[in-house]
Amino acid sequence: MQTIFALATARGKSGVAVIRISGPDAHQVATCLAGDLPRPGQFALRTLRDASELLLDEGLVLRFDAPRSFTGEDTVELQLHGSIAVIRAVERAIAETGLARVAEPGEFTRRALMNGNLDLAQVEGLSDLIAAETEAQRQQAQGLFSGRMRKFADRCRADLLRAAALIEATIDFADEEVPVDVSPEVGDLIGSVLGAIDEQISGFSGAERLRHGFEVAIIGQPNVGKSTLLNRIAGRDIAITSEIAGTTRDVLEVRVDLDGLPVTFLDTAGLRDSDDVIEKIGVARARERAAAADLRILLEDGVEPTHGFDPGVAIDFRYETKSDITGRGISAFTGEGIDRLLADVSAALADRVSDTAIASHERHRQAIMRARASLAEADLVFHAGIEGAEILALHLRDGARALDSLIGRMDVEAVLGEIFAQFCIGK
Amino acid sequence: MKQTPFDVIVIGGGHAGAEAAHASARAGARTTLVTMRADTIGVMSCNPAIGGLGKGHLVREIDAMGGIMGLAADRSGIQFRLLNRRKGPAVRGPRTQSDRALYKAAIQDLLGQQPNLTILVGEVADLILRDGRIEGVGLSDGSELRAGAVVLTTGTFLRGVIHIGDRKLEGGRMGDRPSNRLAQRLRDLDLPLGRLKTGTPPRLRSSSIAWDSLDMQAPDDDPMLFSYLSKAPTARQISCGITHTNARTHEIISGNLSRSAMYGGHIEGVGPRYCPSIEDKVVRFADKSSHQIFLEPEGLDSDVVYPNGISTSLPEDVQEAYVRSIVGLEQAEILQPGYAIEYDYVDPQRLTAELELPDLPGLFLAGQINGTTGYEEAAAQGLMAGLNAARRVLGHAPVILGRAEAYIGVLIDDLVTRGVTEPYRMFTSRAEYRLSLRADNADQRLTPKADTLGVIAEDRRVLFFQKMEALDRGRVLLSTKRFTPRDIAVTGIVINQDGQRRSGMEILAFPDVGVEHVDQLIPEFAALPDEVRTQLAIEATYKTYVDRQQRDADALRRDEDLIIPRTLAYAEIGGLSNELRGKLDRIRPGTLGQAGRIDGMTPAALALILTRIRHEDRRRA
Ligand SMILES: Cc1cc2nc3c(=O)[nH]c(=O)nc-3n(C[C@H](O)[C@H](O)[C@H](O)COP(=O)(O)OP(=O)(O)OC[C@H]3O[C@@H](n4cnc5c(N)ncnc54)[C@H](O)[C@@H]3O)c2cc1C
Repeated sequence: MQTIFALATARGKSGVAVIRISGPDAHQVATCLAGDLPRPGQFALRTLRDASELLLDEGLVLRFDAPRSFTGEDTVELQLHGSIAVIRAVERAIAETGLARVAEPGEFTRRALMNGNLDLAQVEGLSDLIAAETEAQRQQAQGLFSGRMRKFADRCRADLLRAAALIEATIDFADEEVPVDVSPEVGDLIGSVLGAIDEQISGFSGAERLRHGFEVAIIGQPNVGKSTLLNRIAGRDIAITSEIAGTTRDVLEVRVDLDGLPVTFLDTAGLRDSDDVIEKIGVARARERAAAADLRILLEDGVEPTHGFDPGVAIDFRYETKSDITGRGISAFTGEGIDRLLADVSAALADRVSDTAIASHERHRQAIMRARASLAEADLVFHAGIEGAEILALHLRDGARALDSLIGRMDVEAVLGEIFAQFCIGK
Repeated sequence: MKQTPFDVIVIGGGHAGAEAAHASARAGARTTLVTMRADTIGVMSCNPAIGGLGKGHLVREIDAMGGIMGLAADRSGIQFRLLNRRKGPAVRGPRTQSDRALYKAAIQDLLGQQPNLTILVGEVADLILRDGRIEGVGLSDGSELRAGAVVLTTGTFLRGVIHIGDRKLEGGRMGDRPSNRLAQRLRDLDLPLGRLKTGTPPRLRSSSIAWDSLDMQAPDDDPMLFSYLSKAPTARQISCGITHTNARTHEIISGNLSRSAMYGGHIEGVGPRYCPSIEDKVVRFADKSSHQIFLEPEGLDSDVVYPNGISTSLPEDVQEAYVRSIVGLEQAEILQPGYAIEYDYVDPQRLTAELELPDLPGLFLAGQINGTTGYEEAAAQGLMAGLNAARRVLGHAPVILGRAEAYIGVLIDDLVTRGVTEPYRMFTSRAEYRLSLRADNADQRLTPKADTLGVIAEDRRVLFFQKMEALDRGRVLLSTKRFTPRDIAVTGIVINQDGQRRSGMEILAFPDVGVEHVDQLIPEFAALPDEVRTQLAIEATYKTYVDRQQRDADALRRDEDLIIPRTLAYAEIGGLSNELRGKLDRIRPGTLGQAGRIDGMTPAALALILTRIRHEDRRRA
């Protein structure tokens, strides 16, 4: 196994930059630069020089000894001044030792996985954590990273193991004195695992949306105040994380952190019948985006109400605008009622995010659905009677295997590449 | 140098040795079986029964490969019973009680008839090595025998110690000397030895039992035999008695626990959890006030009864007291006390999948010496070790059965990959491909293989291919013609009138549908032999599951095809944890598939091993 190194912080000017070196020669590489190293688990200030004694930087040297490091290998981290030139000089000096090479994307994490320091779901959690922008996303990612998936899988697995053991006992020890009627307990166990799995399935869509961010479409007829509202939301005391022009000229997006939830508000083209070809396309697109969004807010003009207007999509919230004129509803212009609108949206979205949801990646959903399919078959056989004991046992085994794959106990080589491609060097 | 009259020497005349010698001779090797006493060849050391759950599967497979255990069991069977008769066909296990004398006679007869095979009486005391290879054996009288391969099947004899209460005597089993010199020789060779124990109940005089007061268990009316060559039992079928321990029995045992060899601390070896002594049962399951005992006659003309369920290492006076507290045994006379036996075994993780000890090329190990228990487990290993020893000497490729192919494959893979922590016994739940590894289709799975190895006799061959032909005919009949729900309803099957046409195979897969229904639909099917029709019905029952499992089995086969060189330097593979590296070094898996089954193995570590193999391949190319 080769020793690898990479910049662990973002490239560019910063206060501090961290270079991580991991592998069997990590200590030797660092010794070449720093002269000597602190004791395991300790740090020390050192002057870093290259082979020709040229001064590179003065920085902190942190030493970790296998297996007590992120990767599970011998590791050294160098905290340098965050200068592009310093980083480049130190990287050059490390490469010149001939003992280490630049890490591939995700390679540190891959090694952590190989050495059993992380399981597959934890790796996904780490990736999410690095990508997290809001508090709710952070908590979700931390949950996954801290091993909640393993706990979930282990708990289900323990129940399935118990159920399988009871069934196998009636098969393999039929000639001995084992309880013949194990059905009540087996039924309970299968039921309880199915319940836990269903909880994950129903929580999945919310959790997955949380990971990617929610979309809230603002729709209505032209000139009801949609754009003003969007500007209001953007201009409020809410952090704007990005402002992207929509895929079409007519959809504008504003991404905000709403009480910790990542929410993108969409300002869509005004809905009306039109003969203009371009506008027609814009309206169709608006309906499409609105239909795909997590929530739809319909704005209606309080001053010139149109009765019997059909937006063509299902509506979650309806607000009358221009309260500055009518005294009813909200006003994007003065800001009246916007807090209430945001609170409504936030509450509705928060409702969709369950505290117990752990499954948040498509890979999780697939494994859990596989487990569910096996257990549903097990349940079916179970209710058909003990005659199918050997078939019941097969389904239980398949179910346990599907759960195993959640945390990567088997069959993961195929997904590994994909996961690691998402990682940036050094993270 | 002496001229070598033998290719293969088999040491031991137990179940492993008998099967090994017979297989080796069938495979064309000049074989000799060396054992301490010719009259004890084929002796059942413990219970007078063959088969059971998982074990019955093994016997059917041994038979399908041309072995002798099934034939001997059929010739000696006095109470055939198919276990799990009311459960699915995949988990039904044939079992019989055997007349000990008939069983032993059958084995000796079958060995005697086998060309290429001689029997030699003597105690092997030494293994002769040359250049690190096995070259023969030395007997205790000083003589030497040379051969290209040696199969060691000494069972419980290595440093065997018998315990009855605090009384200790050296012995391979009651009435036999232990094998101490050979055990010492193995120790000197630095083989990884461990200690296990097992036990046996006291034997009772039949005429001293009050049979009239007992429930009896009858044999099956339509017995399932072990051998594909057998048609019907030849010995008279008899019933056995059933009685139970009671509060008084348990009191006597609890009160004398400290006098038991097990509980008195005289035994260090580990015993099997699934075959507990009566002391264990009383202690570990204290809430149970009674345990069942089967009183099994040891033979048709024998006055000895084997009380199945009360094995013990208590002193004789306590044995007598608790036995006599049991209903029906108030006057029982003990003919031979129960005892526990401790013996050496060799860590099977050191063996290859051929059951060879790679540290001593040419030396094969089979049976209880590998940490198993049971006649069937011993015989299954004997068969494979015998075949592989012969093939080694004759320069043929090894035979290894896979986990998706046979219980025998599961057994050997478990042993060499996972090792043992207690005496290993087969269970159906150990086989992940249980639905396809059935007792009914052992011949279809294995006989073609045995045929290509050239180890089955002509009569078996003819019978087998006839049956295969009939099966094929049946399969065609069951898949070509399709029937409307209306056709089907006429036979009395309750079915939705959904307009869908179904094949005979699909109809047979319905619950509650039997061959008699399909007989009405397809007259040509009705004309097939019963055995063939039943077999096809079983196939139909499991078809969807077996098809689904096929993908797993194919993936497994791909991994099993990836050979790991025995010389692979695990120390040089970075990224492996020390624990895994240690296991890999000890087990030295032969294939990537086997490596994947090592306890604690991770996909990541497998990827590292694979990369390393590829790397070495490239370097060699
Ligand atoms: C007391 C006792 C209780 C048991 N209880 C159970 C039980 O409850 N359930 C169960 O499933 N199984 C039980 N068994 C185990 C079962 O008997 C064995 O698993 C099976 O017989 C092992 O077969 P084998 O061929 O390996 O060895 P064995 O049948 O033990 O045969 C060993 C053979 O090797 C020969 N031999 C040994 N040393 C030498 C030598 N140096 N030179 C030449 N020949 C030699 C012997 O003469 C003998 O023929 C018990 C065995 C004993 C002794």
